[in-house]
Amino acid sequence: MIQDRINEKSPWQDITEGNKIFEAATSKEFCTGEWRTFTPVFHEEKCKQCLLCVPVCPDSSIPVKDCKRGEFDYDHCKGCGICAKVCPFDAITMREGK
Amino acid sequence: MAIRERLSGNEAVAYAIKQINPDVMPAFPITPSTEIPQYVANYIANGEIDTEFIHVESEHSAMSATLGASAAGARALTATSSCGMALMWEELYVAASDRLPIVLALVNRALTGPININADHSDSMGARDSGWIQIYAESNQEVYDNFLQAFPIAEHKDVMLPVMICQDGFITSHGVENILLVEDDKVKEFVGEYEPEHYLLHPTEKMAVGPYAVSNYYMETKRAQRQAMLNAKQVILDMAAKFEQMTGRKYGFFEEYRMEDAEYAIVIIGSAAGTCKAAIEEIRATTGKKVGLLKIRVFRPFPEEEIAQALSHVKAVAIMDRSEMFAGSCGPLGAEVRAALFQAKSQAEVVNYFYGLGGRDITVQDFMQVYDNLENIANTHVVTGMYDYIGLRER
Repeated sequence: MIQDRINEKSPWQDITEGNKIFEAATSKEFCTGEWRTFTPVFHEEKCKQCLLCVPVCPDSSIPVKDCKRGEFDYDHCKGCGICAKVCPFDAITMREGK
Repeated sequence: MAIRERLSGNEAVAYAIKQINPDVMPAFPITPSTEIPQYVANYIANGEIDTEFIHVESEHSAMSATLGASAAGARALTATSSCGMALMWEELYVAASDRLPIVLALVNRALTGPININADHSDSMGARDSGWIQIYAESNQEVYDNFLQAFPIAEHKDVMLPVMICQDGFITSHGVENILLVEDDKVKEFVGEYEPEHYLLHPTEKMAVGPYAVSNYYMETKRAQRQAMLNAKQVILDMAAKFEQMTGRKYGFFEEYRMEDAEYAIVIIGSAAGTCKAAIEEIRATTGKKVGLLKIRVFRPFPEEEIAQALSHVKAVAIMDRSEMFAGSCGPLGAEVRAALFQAKSQAEVVNYFYGLGGRDITVQDFMQVYDNLENIANTHVVTGMYDYIGLRER
């Protein structure tokens, strides 16, 4: 984990030159979900698994396995609400707060 | 044996680029630096070097492409002046923050407002806070010599910062002077191959350049960047010593001219130093008055302790600025040298003059007047204010 080496407690001497990062896909470790002020709620019983919500998610926060979507990835969902807007079956609603 | 030639400042820089044969040069033309990419393009077209020249659509793109090339692992450079540099503004800061060892051949010209194409330091002085190393030249010889030292300084592992090699528009860029060129093989050996430790095109290493840094990281990043600038001081001196071994020409943070016994000193940057030296010789020959000159070569990093030390024995100092900063007070050089003298508890009287803005000539007579003023100030201890002008028409 890159955050084991450089984190919010690192002294300036430990910062890499120019903040360069020598790993790939480190955004997975950066939990941007805490920015959320609205939270999507998944109502599985109403979901027809049409998967219209999946490609419109800007943060790839709707995981799909075996052609079926699962629970939101709340570590990275920023609560933009596009998925709720696009869902034809009211299977996603937005709730205020994290 | 060194090669004797007659070259303009622009030709001298282009010749240095030819000798270095860098990997990538994106550039966009602007007076008075246009000739530099033009000459380099000729060298490439004639098959003399294999630099990749990128014809970009603006200076914003020129510096962006230079950043990209440098991050990819190439030795990259560009050239510009004045408003061209202003259009690079955003990328100047990125180059320094991303620690990319780019070299910029800057031909100093006044920033527009009113439009003007002549020598003035407002372009580079405006960029003094961008994190670039800045090295200035008095003559064509100096700009050539500085350019040869630029990449070794920029690429040093303790530095990894971009370097701006500055010369005065038209005065040196288009003025032809005798010059001593270093042989190609010696240049190649001095500058060396660029072998970056990390670069984007590395076949096995994963790497991201320029990530977002939230407030939890930004301040530490800036402190680390400052360290690179602090480290640059020793590296600049080391490269100057190595260069002196090769050529016999001596460089440092500044040149001290007749300063050993000087009572009245001028601090100045760039080509006007030559005129000042003529005034010093005239004054010393005719009156015996002890006048001297401190010509700043390295403005970033700013060698404040060394400057204060060099001025420690003088009675009065005139700091000469070739750019406005509209503080309503000092110019940029005036403010920083004054601060250095204050910190060193200097007792010297200090006056700051604006001169030569937008390419206005400054003469030997003007400098003789400045030394007269200094003598008067030293005797009366009356300084009229934080700033004054030389060569300004006034009612």
